[in-house]
Amino acid sequence: MIRACLFALALLASPAFAVEPDEVLSDPALEERARAISANVRCVVCQNEPIDSSNAGVARDLRVLIRERLVTGDTDQEIYDFLVLRYGDFVLFKPPFKPSTYALWLGPFAILFIGGLAVAISLSRRPRRPATKDTHLSAEEETELAKLMEEDKSL
Amino acid sequence: MKRLLFALPLLVALIIGGFAIWGLSGGRDPSALPSVLISQPVPQLDLGPIEGVDRPGLTTADITKMEGIKLLNVFASWCAPCRAEHPNLTRLGQEEGLTLIGINYKDKPEAAATWLEELGNPYTALGSDYAGRAGIDLGISGVPETFIIDADGIIRHRFAGPVVGDGLKRFMDALDEVRK
Repeated sequence: MIRACLFALALLASPAFAVEPDEVLSDPALEERARAISANVRCVVCQNEPIDSSNAGVARDLRVLIRERLVTGDTDQEIYDFLVLRYGDFVLFKPPFKPSTYALWLGPFAILFIGGLAVAISLSRRPRRPATKDTHLSAEEETELAKLMEEDKSL
Repeated sequence: MKRLLFALPLLVALIIGGFAIWGLSGGRDPSALPSVLISQPVPQLDLGPIEGVDRPGLTTADITKMEGIKLLNVFASWCAPCRAEHPNLTRLGQEEGLTLIGINYKDKPEAAATWLEELGNPYTALGSDYAGRAGIDLGISGVPETFIIDADGIIRHRFAGPVVGDGLKRFMDALDEVRK
């Protein structure tokens, strides 16, 4: 019974939203863009949380700022640029693809490629079984076999 | 050649492992953020004075005009570490001949005025950033934060957290670096 109650309570629980009602824009399209951008921007205080779900003061300020800029007609990219100019690439959950991040983006593929190459080389060097193996018995073996068959029959 | 190939996975593992050990050990603070403002001029600021405090507000042009090394300190009366670092900053200003500039972050003017009356006011200029927008322009993550600005008005160091204890030592090292 208690378990059932706890389970029912757990179902009732909804994730807490940090976005407060007074922040929400009246235009649903703009609000949706604001939410999408906020989900990609890291909170500089909590660091592993997007500002969309962070309760930190700076996160709220940034959410409000993003909405203000959306209302004045900024594109998503302009808003990201604005934030990166102040907080660096760190605020983006998805790091940009540029020379200093090549190792990050290409490293796994490079390792996969090297591994694949190593496997391919080691397989190609393995001594191959002769492709046309002689499956026929030699004359000696034929006579041996015939002898065994004879013995078998005589039993 | 073949032996070399067999050693390759080990080599890759060593490189990745070495990087991980480097990342986890030593005195590095993994949560420390690099500031994009280093070696950049002070971003455009235009802050009015704090009501009831006898100091002018500040603009970026004002800061650039000031001579010598400047400390731009972002503080608030509600921030306990700010209170802790205040005597150190005051002393640094006097003993090292540095100009102190304050930004009062998200603070009520009355509270800030009382705080400065109680602890002393070492600041040459004081801007009020009630909305926290200057804080965003400076890329701060909280208070206190102190920026070291050189004689040319270029930001040379960002110090997050109170300038006390071990922090004071690190701050002095950074200051020496700027003076070189």
